[in-house]
Amino acid sequence: MLSVSNLHVAVGGTEILKGLSLEIPAGEVHAVMGPNGAGKSTLSYTLAGRQGYEVTSGSASLNGEDLLAMAANERAAKGLFLSFQYPLEIPGVPSLTFIRTALNAQRKARGEDEIGAPAFLKLAREQAAKLKIEFDMLKRPLNVGFSGGEKKRMEIFQMAMLSPQFLILDETDSGLDIDALRIVSEGVNALRSPERGMLVITHYQRLLDYIKPDRVHVLAGGKIVASGGPELALELEDTGYDRFAQAAA
Amino acid sequence: MSVSEALKSRDASLLPSRRDEAWRYTDLRAAVRTIPEPSPLGTVPAAPGPFAAIKADRALVIINGRGPEVLSLDTGQVLCVELRLVADSHATSHQSDLRIDLASGAHLTLLESHEGRGAAYLSSANLIVHLAEGASLERVVILDEPSDAVSVITADITLSPGASLKQTVLTRGASRQRFETQVTHPGGGASVRLDGVYMLADKCHTDLTTIVTHVGPGGTTDQLTKGAVRDASRAVFQGQIQVQPGADQTDARMGHHALILSDRAEIDAKPELEIFADDVSCAHGNTVGALDEDALFYICSRGVPLDQARAMLVQAFGLEVIGRIETEAVREVAQAWLAEVGAGGSDGL
Ligand SMILES: Nc1ncnc2c1ncn2[C@@H]1O[C@H](COP(=O)(O)OP(=O)(O)O)[C@@H](O)[C@H]1O
Ligand SMILES: [Mg+2]
Repeated sequence: MLSVSNLHVAVGGTEILKGLSLEIPAGEVHAVMGPNGAGKSTLSYTLAGRQGYEVTSGSASLNGEDLLAMAANERAAKGLFLSFQYPLEIPGVPSLTFIRTALNAQRKARGEDEIGAPAFLKLAREQAAKLKIEFDMLKRPLNVGFSGGEKKRMEIFQMAMLSPQFLILDETDSGLDIDALRIVSEGVNALRSPERGMLVITHYQRLLDYIKPDRVHVLAGGKIVASGGPELALELEDTGYDRFAQAAA
Repeated sequence: MSVSEALKSRDASLLPSRRDEAWRYTDLRAAVRTIPEPSPLGTVPAAPGPFAAIKADRALVIINGRGPEVLSLDTGQVLCVELRLVADSHATSHQSDLRIDLASGAHLTLLESHEGRGAAYLSSANLIVHLAEGASLERVVILDEPSDAVSVITADITLSPGASLKQTVLTRGASRQRFETQVTHPGGGASVRLDGVYMLADKCHTDLTTIVTHVGPGGTTDQLTKGAVRDASRAVFQGQIQVQPGADQTDARMGHHALILSDRAEIDAKPELEIFADDVSCAHGNTVGALDEDALFYICSRGVPLDQARAMLVQAFGLEVIGRIETEAVREVAQAWLAEVGAGGSDGL
């Protein structure tokens, strides 16, 4: 599914990722943990296709297709979804209109028919109910005036509506209280399937109590410095990142 | 120096030029070497105007300067009028003059369009509007002119106490286009809202000029103009609010916000507040910026192609102005205009 090999990425002339490799097969959930500034968001932005994240060497592919050769919207149409650490506010565009535009753009790119308004609304009502999102909120401009927790919930709602193949969650737990964390995690877990892969980026172990990973990787100093089973996350909770930061330096 | 005089005497040297301070950014003399021949009679266009979806009580059509010269509303009369000024003209010139009188308490919804059916014309349209006490005018204007036309539209609007003016102009520009609104504001509970949206592409130019003169105490003026320029287009915004001696307790605010979508495009903004009275609350804001790259990436990351993401943000930018149009059916026409005009262009937009 997702295959990242020896990825080097520079931002503004500074190398941030320094030879990162990662294999996430379909059906698996992998967690990437690391201290602030380790390059976690840099990895998610690079995979999603943000400008200014210059890949100097290495490769990244999804289902064997070269991600780095595609524009951001093409990657989305191939099934990649990034839940942003800091979701943007889009004034003037109602949330539902936005998601429908995105969904239809993806379907068009894949040569599928557009989804009609009744089917779309039915799906939106179902998913909003699951994530405890008031339907009226979906008529408001996307994320404008939403609380941090509401924005994160809206990310998961978009994910559920777009039904991607591969999910990247960048610190989805930050800014969430326990109730919101549980709702959001249930939303994510509902998307787990043998065909889907997930990359869950987090600073804290807490999220992984709710979204149970198959593998855990530690990112420090721009590369993966340790990999293991779920127990690695618990270990980190006790020992912190210090020893890895030293290992990376 | 005026366009009217130049047209009347067919003397291009009388056209305003950049040497006239008020025309600094819209040099007509440089754009028009000789005054073109007078326009022929012209014919009623087969296609409906931009406000056709709204059922107006009356439709007035002025073609190449020929048509009704006066529109009067009686005391308390409520009317919706579709006013189409059509230039059925190829490389010719003409002038239109219309007087609008609203008796006390009358209400006019004016759906005004300037439709260029020809090319390379020079036209001038002048409205003289008088609002008696308590009268109200909601004027929504769509300028739909070819990119090689030169067009000057002026309105001289005088309000009486308690009167209300709400104006919104929507434009794509022309070769040179000036839309000028002069308002004499008596204060005394009268209120003025003057809004505009411009969406320019290619080499189009527009100049939105407003001059509001508060002559009595206690008046309000609220202005919001937003626009986007792409390719090598150029927009001019000149907003002048004068608060004359004695016009105390005036409340005036003016905002102009623009997006520059290409480094060949240009914005010239000149907000001016001149205050000669006391206890006045005046504010103005003027911003010029680019589209938010982070927001663009966010939209694209959801699967929306870059061009479409840009168009989405540009439309959303203009929407705030259109949201201030009170009549829902009119607002919908304006929204449709924005969706159509905001999506077009040639700089990958
Ligand atoms: N746009 C940018 N310009 C310059 N440096 C950046 C930029 N974005 C991130 N960085 C730097 O890259 C490093 C990794 O940042 P980031 O990927 O956001 O870390 P994390 O998400 O793990 O906290 C940090 O040192 C940060 O300061
Ligand atoms: Mg981060």
